[in-house]
Parts: sequence; C-alpha cells; structure tokens
Amino acid sequence: MARLLEVSDLSIHFGGVKAVQNVSFGIDAGIVYSVIGPNGAGKTTLFNLITGVYKPTAGEIRLDGEAIHGRSPNELARRGMARTFQNLQICMNMSAIENVMVGAHLRLDRNLVKAALRFPGLKRRDRELRDEAAQLMDFVGLGQYVEARADSMPYGALKRLEIARALAMKPRLIFLDEPAAGLNPKETIEVDHLVRKVADSGVTVVLVEHDMKMVMNLSDRILVLDYGKKLAEGTGEEVRRNPDVIAAYLGAHA
Amino acid sequence: MKSTTIGILVVAAILVVLPFVAPNAYYLDLTVRMAINAIIVLGLNLLIGFAGQISLGHAGFLGIGAYASAVLPTHFGWHPLVAMGAGAAATAVLAGLVARPIFKLKGHYLAMATLGLGIIINIALRNEAQWTGGPDGMPVPAMGLFGFELSTDRQWYWVVAALLVISVWASLNLIDSPFGRALRALHGSEVASQVVGVDVVRYKVAIFVMSAVFASLMGSVTAHYIGFVSPNFADFFHSIELVTMVVVGGMASVFGSLVGAVLLTALPQALATFEGWETVVFGAILMGFMIFLPKGIVPTLAAKFGKGD
Repeated sequence: MARLLEVSDLSIHFGGVKAVQNVSFGIDAGIVYSVIGPNGAGKTTLFNLITGVYKPTAGEIRLDGEAIHGRSPNELARRGMARTFQNLQICMNMSAIENVMVGAHLRLDRNLVKAALRFPGLKRRDRELRDEAAQLMDFVGLGQYVEARADSMPYGALKRLEIARALAMKPRLIFLDEPAAGLNPKETIEVDHLVRKVADSGVTVVLVEHDMKMVMNLSDRILVLDYGKKLAEGTGEEVRRNPDVIAAYLGAHA
Repeated sequence: MKSTTIGILVVAAILVVLPFVAPNAYYLDLTVRMAINAIIVLGLNLLIGFAGQISLGHAGFLGIGAYASAVLPTHFGWHPLVAMGAGAAATAVLAGLVARPIFKLKGHYLAMATLGLGIIINIALRNEAQWTGGPDGMPVPAMGLFGFELSTDRQWYWVVAALLVISVWASLNLIDSPFGRALRALHGSEVASQVVGVDVVRYKVAIFVMSAVFASLMGSVTAHYIGFVSPNFADFFHSIELVTMVVVGGMASVFGSLVGAVLLTALPQALATFEGWETVVFGAILMGFMIFLPKGIVPTLAAKFGKGD
C-alpha cells in the first residue's frame, strides 16, 4: 500500500537549537498515528513543519508522493490537510458555529462582489453550510453550543470546536495536537471516543498526546521523539518494550 | 439576520424623514456630510474592525478620488462619472501595489506605510499646482447624471442617502458571507485561518483595496457636492478623524460606523460655541468615550442590552 505521508530526514534549526533532527517516518492511509515524547521533544514543531507553518531547514515531506515541504498552510489545506492546535486557536470574535463554518472555506464561493450584492445561490448555500456545521458540532458533542458565542464556551468545549472546524474541511488527514490536554478524566475519555469516531469515518489521524492510555488505546503506530530526534517507531507494544523509550520516559536508570 | 434587516429599515426610514424635518439648509448640508463620512467609515471599519488591519492614510485615497473628479473633467474634458471611475481604479491599483508587500510582513508596518502614503499624496496634491491648483485647491465641474445636472443640496441628499443604504446593506451581506467569515477569522486567529485554507495576504489586500476604493468614490462625491477641492481633503488629520469615527462608533460594528460618523461629523459643529476651546472639549469627549465605552458606542450598548449586532 502506498504511503499517504512520507517524511524523510526532516530537520529544522532555530539559530543553534536543533528542534527537529533528521526525522523520518511514513503514515499509511486510514490509520491512527501518534507522536509522543517528553515536553520539548519537538512534537508540535514536527506538526508545524508538516502543516506548513514552519519551513524545514532540510529534508522532505511527501503527500501522495508529491513534495509538499515549504508550501504555505493554505496550499496544504487545499490538499486535504487539517489540524488543531495545542494552545487553542479559536476565533473569539465569532460565534461557535461560524468557527466551524470557516473550516469549509475552500468549498465555498468566496467572491467578494457576489457576497456584497448577495447573489441568490449564495445565501442558500450558506444556510446548507450552517446545517452541516450544526451536524458537525453534534458529531463532536457540542450540540448544545450551536447558538453560542465562542468566547462564552468552556475550555473543553473549545478543544472539540477545533476538531469540528478541522472536520468541516472534509480532510483526508487530520493532525490533532494534544486534544486531551487540560481536560478532566471524563472529558479525556469523551475525546478518546471522538478521535476513534473520526478515524472510523475514514480520516487518517495523526495525534500528539501526553495521555498514554489514550495513545495506546487509539494508535495503530507510534513515533517516539526525544530532543528532536526519532527514538523509536512501531506498534504500541513494540514502543512500550523499547529500552530507549523506557529510559527516556523513566530516566536512564529505571 | 432579523435584527440587521430592522437596522437597515430604521436607517432608511430616518433618511427618508430627515429632509422634511430638517429646519434649514444648514442641517441638510450637515446630513449629507454625515452620510458621506458614514460610507467611508463603513469601508474603513471592514478593514479595521473586521479584518483587524489599520490604515492611517485613507484621506489620501479620498484625495485621489476628489482630485480625479476635479482635474480630469477640468483639464481633459472627461465625463465626471468616467473621472470618478478612473480615480477609483487608480486608487485600487495604488492601494494594491502598496498593500501586497506590506501584508507579507508581520506587525505594524501597515500603519507606517499608509501613514507615509497619505502624506505623500497630500504633498503631491500641494505641489503639482499646474494641475491641482496647489494649496489653494481648485473648483470642480458639476456632476451630470443622464443629462440631468446634480446641483441642489436636496438632490445630492437623495443620491448620498441611497448610496448609504446600499452600502449598509452590502456591508452586512459581506460580513455574513464566506468572504466576511474568512476576514473575521484571520483577525481572530491568523494561523487558524491559514490552516483551513484562507490565503491571508490575499484577503487583507482585497479588503484594503475595497475600503480604499470606498474612500476614493466618496472623495469624488464630496468634490462634486462641495464644488471645490483642496489638499485638506487628503490631510493626515482627516485620516485620523476617520479612524476615530470607527473606534468611537464601535469596531466591527456596521451600525457603529454610522453612529461614529454622525457623531464626529456633528460634534465639531456643535462645539463651535466654545470659541477656541472646542478642540480641548472635543479631546475630552473622545477621552470620555475611550474610558467609559472602550469598545465603542454601539457594541457597548448592544452588550448591555443583550443584543448582538
């Protein structure tokens, strides 16, 4: 089976700091792939590299065999990549459902003049989109917030709102950056179920997460980073037994 | 959507009734000026309030429109409408050329660049005396529409009132569209809007150009209405005045734009009785607004009475 995403020898340096060094891995379509590692291991940096927020210093990223490194985030969005953020990136100046509707940006007629003059088809399309966004909010468990303003929602709900926005893109590949961070155990289990649902709907999931129970529960494959380098890669069982991983997580003498 | 429809109807109703209750020609003239400013501020608020970008040079664009309407018909015999269109086109090109490289940078470069651009336009208008009349300004030929000459204040009133209602309607449409959502999203979180596919630079340029064209067209209208242009049209302080209207009325509020324009057009007139102290009183009132209504008049009131704009 062809790899959906292929990362080879990827590196980025910020001045003297080598945040990601020569990392290589591949992700098959349809799986849940997790990236774990201690704080500062370079997980979010890796996400930022793949989704185009940072440009790599060296190395290659291929999506369906096509080189995509160095492309801007909006071009990558066009190719079916979606993501959420570790530190929330919700537009607080908009309502919750509008945040989700923005996710469908690329599927809409974005013409300024037509919008200002309110061309007939546009309004109808927008109403359909609103219904679709409401369904998505339902899907992620935010049905009660369909009429809410984003800035009136609790933290846990906003985390899921980001997932709904990403899903509104109808992505092939979704990058979830610590979707359970800051959530209580009950909310964490809900997000766990939600990620499973997303994966089952046919979207390839790439997950960064500190909650090991969730990672082991969901992942088909796991990449372990430490100090920007690849420490191990494999199934949950393989990674768990890897002595380097045990050393990195529990200290060298454990 | 309902509350905005009511808003448009209220604005239209006020505009229809006003000329019949205005006590004299002075008030009619004041209303025309308010409406012209309101249209400019609507465009500027799309840029500042909704997209979160600042312009300190919008009077410069207004000046280009005004002088296009003065110079082209006077020296080259162009039809006023064609001249108006040419002014708007020139403004669009200039605004686009300046905005594109600026928006690729992050930070407050746009404020500096627009400030500089406005000042350059003002200086050009002052110095090119053989075309523009220099600091003295120049008269503007009358605007003819379909063989019918617009001359009285009352005729201008209806034209400007119609333009204002259309502008309010178009602004509300734009905000509640995919384009408008993208604009608000890049204000709310630039990186989030990028990863859902918004070409941030393109959108910023588009709204900057559009608001500049609004200013240019209204510059042309003002020129024909007053029948005279001077470099003061493009003065830096005029740019600041326009930004102040946005802020006082309420950022990211369509009806706030109207309130800001009406209030700050009327206020200097109302303060004329203070003889020499009017600037001080004006400043004090602005400070009061910023302290007690920091989000602007309409958003603050809307929040207070639990109604969204």
